[in-house]
Amino acid sequence: MDLIADHISHRFGALDVLDAVSLEVAAGEVVGIVGPSGCGKSTLLSILGGLLRPASGAAELRGAPPAGSLNPLTFVFQDFALLPWCTVEANVEFPLLHVGLAPAGRRALVDDALRRTGLADFRGAYPKQLSGGMRQRVGIARALVVRPAILLMDEPLSALDSQTRELLMEDFIGLLADGAMGAVYVTHNLEEAVRLADRIVVLSRRPGRVREVVAIPMTRGERGAIGAREKLLSLQNELWSLIRTEAIDAEREVQHA
Amino acid sequence: MLDRAPAPSAETGTPTRPVAFRGAGFAPVANRYAGWAALALVIALWQAAGSLALVNPLFLPTPWGIARAMYRLGASGALWHHLSWSVMRIGTGWIIGTTAGVITGFAIGLSSQARSVGITFISALFPIPKIALLPLLILWLGIGEQPKIATIALGVFFSTAISVYSGVDAVPRNLIRMAQSFNVPFSTIVRRVIWPGALPSILAGFRITASVALLLVVSAEMIGAEYGIGAFVLQAGNLMQTDQLLAGVVILSLFGLAVGKLINLLETRLLHWR
Repeated sequence: MDLIADHISHRFGALDVLDAVSLEVAAGEVVGIVGPSGCGKSTLLSILGGLLRPASGAAELRGAPPAGSLNPLTFVFQDFALLPWCTVEANVEFPLLHVGLAPAGRRALVDDALRRTGLADFRGAYPKQLSGGMRQRVGIARALVVRPAILLMDEPLSALDSQTRELLMEDFIGLLADGAMGAVYVTHNLEEAVRLADRIVVLSRRPGRVREVVAIPMTRGERGAIGAREKLLSLQNELWSLIRTEAIDAEREVQHA
Repeated sequence: MLDRAPAPSAETGTPTRPVAFRGAGFAPVANRYAGWAALALVIALWQAAGSLALVNPLFLPTPWGIARAMYRLGASGALWHHLSWSVMRIGTGWIIGTTAGVITGFAIGLSSQARSVGITFISALFPIPKIALLPLLILWLGIGEQPKIATIALGVFFSTAISVYSGVDAVPRNLIRMAQSFNVPFSTIVRRVIWPGALPSILAGFRITASVALLLVVSAEMIGAEYGIGAFVLQAGNLMQTDQLLAGVVILSLFGLAVGKLINLLETRLLHWR
């Protein structure tokens, strides 16, 4: 199943946020979206996931979702969005409560998602008892439990410390390794983008337009090798040179606002 | 293998001094025994003042005198008779006001139309002291129980509606968006996201409305009732039976404390996740 942004524009009041953004995410592909602060990255993701109606243009799907997928487009949120009154297990089960599965079927799916995210021993814990990294793992387990075709990840690591980010990045690489799931990965962190994405869409300063689409010319497996570091760093620098001037302007604009 | 960095060599000649601690205070901790001890001390001083005839027992009966009056009231059955009338009025008025307040609060919290109309009405009517409406309610509903119960229900309704819609407004929007992103139906979002998310505010509202209901029942009973703790306190005052008057006040205080404990228990049970 492919996800398509077809000339998506959006504005909040008088503020133009996105201007005719078009892109395609093919089945199993990971597309990074980067750009200066306030360029509409998260707005674009909300529109792609059907949480926001665009002013013009459309988000479209092509092809059938994979068999067994209960929610083809599934978000992983920056702030985890866990229900604080529910245990880990109940949070992961939450998206399944209305889909008409028998309790045994739900249980099997939840067990599988908890196992894949290393949360099997924490099923009875409440979010407040968990570290930031573990909370995001619950968010990921909740996304996996519905067998998504495409994960819509909105800065999923930005609320975490650098060591936890590194650990979760390894988890993401593992989860996306078999190509069964695609992802749209919105981030301001270029290192994360070059490590995870197959292609990186660079948006311009607000109103966000597609400025460049950069392909990463190696598999995610190859990127872990020592020899690949230099190439990735140079890609990262290349992306930064595209964004830097606009990022400075955007930062000043935010400070003056 | 990592190279270990050498420890910096200490400067020997210069004397050292400790860094002054500046982080004290601003962390008050209550000692529960101190509170009880202070209360016992006040009661002991009060009793001593009465026993030594330093105060006239007609104006301020001793704690022991009040306890005796409470015992006599309990033994004669008068206490339960008055209390049962008050509890019936509070209970009925509170349940009616709370039910209507919760429904209205949710409507205002979830519907644009209800919000547009409801907030204006609530803002306009909330500041009215509800006891001032009792004479009007007596005209409308007669002199029976209905006007007293209606006064309590009105007082409870507005505070409940406000705490409920404030609670609904305070539910983090990201949780609602999360549920929507999984296509969770509206009714399930209300039941499983908004209701538990608003519950802390709703229970805080219950604490306020319990006090409002107690205040209004006593006032209403003082204005026009034969039985009830408020009526009993007023009659005792008229007859200069100050020990019985204060016995009634203590009973009201104990009733308020019991309701507060009940709400604490509810919070502990329902909000253990906080």
